Amino acid sequence: MNKHIHMYQYSDKDQTLINERVTQFRDQTERFLKGEIPDDKFRALRLMNGLYVQTHAPLLRVAGPYGLLSSKQVRKLASIARDYDKGFCHFTTRQNIQFNWPALERVPDILEELASVQMHAIQTSGNCLRNTTSDQLAGVATDELEDPRPYCEIIRQWTILHPEFAYLPRKFKIAVSGSTQDRAATQFHDIGLHLVTNDQGEVGFKVFVGGGLGRTPVIGQVVRPFLHKQHLLSYLEAILRVYNLYGRRDNKYKARIKILVRETGLAKITKQIEAEWALIKDTMELSAARIEEIQLQFALPAYQLNAAQDTSYADKLKSNADFAIWIKHNTVDHKIAGYRAAYISLKAPDCPPGDCTDSQLDAIADLSDQCSFGMVRVTHRQNLVLADVPQADLFSLWQQLDALQLATPNIGKATDMICCPGLDYCSLANAGSIGVAKEINETLDSMDYVHDLGDLKINISGCMNGCAHQSVGHIGILGVDKKGVEWYQVTLGGSSENDAAIGERLGPAVSKQDITAVVKTLLEVYLQQRSHEDESFLATFRRVGVRPFKEKVYATH
Amino acid sequence: MQLIKNKAVTQDDWTFVADDEALTSDYNIVSLTRWKKERDLLVEQSGHLGLRLESDVIIEDIADDLAKFQLLELFFPVFTDGRAFTHARLLRSRFGFTGDIRVSGDFMRDQVFYLNRVGVSSFVLNDQDNAQQVIQSMDDFSVDYQQSVA
Repeated sequence: MNKHIHMYQYSDKDQTLINERVTQFRDQTERFLKGEIPDDKFRALRLMNGLYVQTHAPLLRVAGPYGLLSSKQVRKLASIARDYDKGFCHFTTRQNIQFNWPALERVPDILEELASVQMHAIQTSGNCLRNTTSDQLAGVATDELEDPRPYCEIIRQWTILHPEFAYLPRKFKIAVSGSTQDRAATQFHDIGLHLVTNDQGEVGFKVFVGGGLGRTPVIGQVVRPFLHKQHLLSYLEAILRVYNLYGRRDNKYKARIKILVRETGLAKITKQIEAEWALIKDTMELSAARIEEIQLQFALPAYQLNAAQDTSYADKLKSNADFAIWIKHNTVDHKIAGYRAAYISLKAPDCPPGDCTDSQLDAIADLSDQCSFGMVRVTHRQNLVLADVPQADLFSLWQQLDALQLATPNIGKATDMICCPGLDYCSLANAGSIGVAKEINETLDSMDYVHDLGDLKINISGCMNGCAHQSVGHIGILGVDKKGVEWYQVTLGGSSENDAAIGERLGPAVSKQDITAVVKTLLEVYLQQRSHEDESFLATFRRVGVRPFKEKVYATH
Repeated sequence: MQLIKNKAVTQDDWTFVADDEALTSDYNIVSLTRWKKERDLLVEQSGHLGLRLESDVIIEDIADDLAKFQLLELFFPVFTDGRAFTHARLLRSRFGFTGDIRVSGDFMRDQVFYLNRVGVSSFVLNDQDNAQQVIQSMDDFSVDYQQSVA
């Protein structure tokens, strides 16, 4: 791999481990196909290698560690999509990558291909420690205290094949944020870590426990306001040990740590965690040297010092209105003058949210090599980011993305919907979600109208498991099955950011034929109710409450 | 049922004695319930004593008794119940148990790598297990990221 790349590169040990994992899973798959492993046991083994058995075919979920991919890895995803799937892949809300059509017996080959570019599917499913997620703007955000990615990598290594925590009561997800603004939904993870400064000016972690979405959405609570960095792993180990011992195993819907926190009480569980931690904290300190060694691998690229002197960018902004609109909505400030981070929208009107074709992937890899140091980030809202684009390159980047249908100027807007695969692919789903997203997209066909609506997060899940985070959508849509018919429950006012909130139920579920019209009505009510153009949907909802929305919707539909 | 101890097939000298049965050999494994009821008698009657621990045991509760046992058996009611992994680790690293820790019940070959690393020293195989394959699986990985219990 490119030795100048500014992301973690595998050591021999890392590579050996994933190679041996491929060998192990190849053997497990062969034993299963020969009938030597019963279904229930193989199920657990395949899930911990990212493999689900779905409606049409297995689904393979590949880990995107903290959402960071090299161009070489993106090209590999493209070739896997071409050679083993139907020419596309899907980016998920946990910065992972899914293939919807692999053949079970070829999965070991796919894993071997992934291993050749330092990728794997270890622990992307199952009741174990999952992929650690982070901020897509890590390292470049203007509001960042410290780059969270080195800590994510340290956590990644700690989680992989952890011998004590491989069979937890339920799945376990960790997210890390290093910025003032939480872009990683950390308060909705089993453990959320925020890099913060204490009174002495030291940087450490604020630790949240027990957040989660799914059937019972809960906002995480603080178990430790400040944790020194050297204790990161011992503290995680203490939390996991308490959870592994006391988390419920009698009911899978009550098995997440959020339920343990609720049933035990925050004060008591905090005490248990702290007591466990006190016994192990001195035995597994993370040395400053170790942290620094990992940080070096994420060293900043060689930015052009004169990037801000380019004048073509300002000229193009003035002369090309479409480009200016894209810059406004799909790019954000960078901590280095003359650079911007550019979002690649995977939410074109005709495209299932988060999907990407093999040729788009190849083109994105090329673009990242041309103008963003060969790296691509995955966002938890199912888009991609080229994080380090010099302003002089933005116009050409926009033109190329536009030609690839990857420049819809809708980041953070109504048509930038989070959507799970729903009934079209998923065996758990009760209702379709991609179709609803498509219909809403068709209704919101005027980009001016979408821009007028401002920041708006619509999240659509096809079942209670809530893969698309509907309960934290400004507008959340949840598919439910009523006697074999698809219905949708609507919630309003959720948020996964600093002002974390769980959406409030609008009222009775609405039918499939009404759901798009209901969304349209909600947007009309918002436009009538907002006090001024800059009052967002969420702010308006928080001011006026659910009532005007409810009255209008149920009077009309 | 075959027994693997220290990565080799070994003869099992131990017998699990049900709560209502009399001790028959010199190597008896008893339940925690029986231990709580008959501890003095058991110490007196059994030359070697083992204790079977169910997955809901609180290890701290038996910490003071550990010196009485040469063997602890961690029983898997179902392979997905991962509490035994923590129990083994605590027994070794926190409570310094140096006797044999064996696992029995519904664990599977594909878990022995982990079990070995948290301090389990012997494995009561199930009928479908092939002993050589189980031994081989203890070395599925030559590298790791976390501390092992030696």
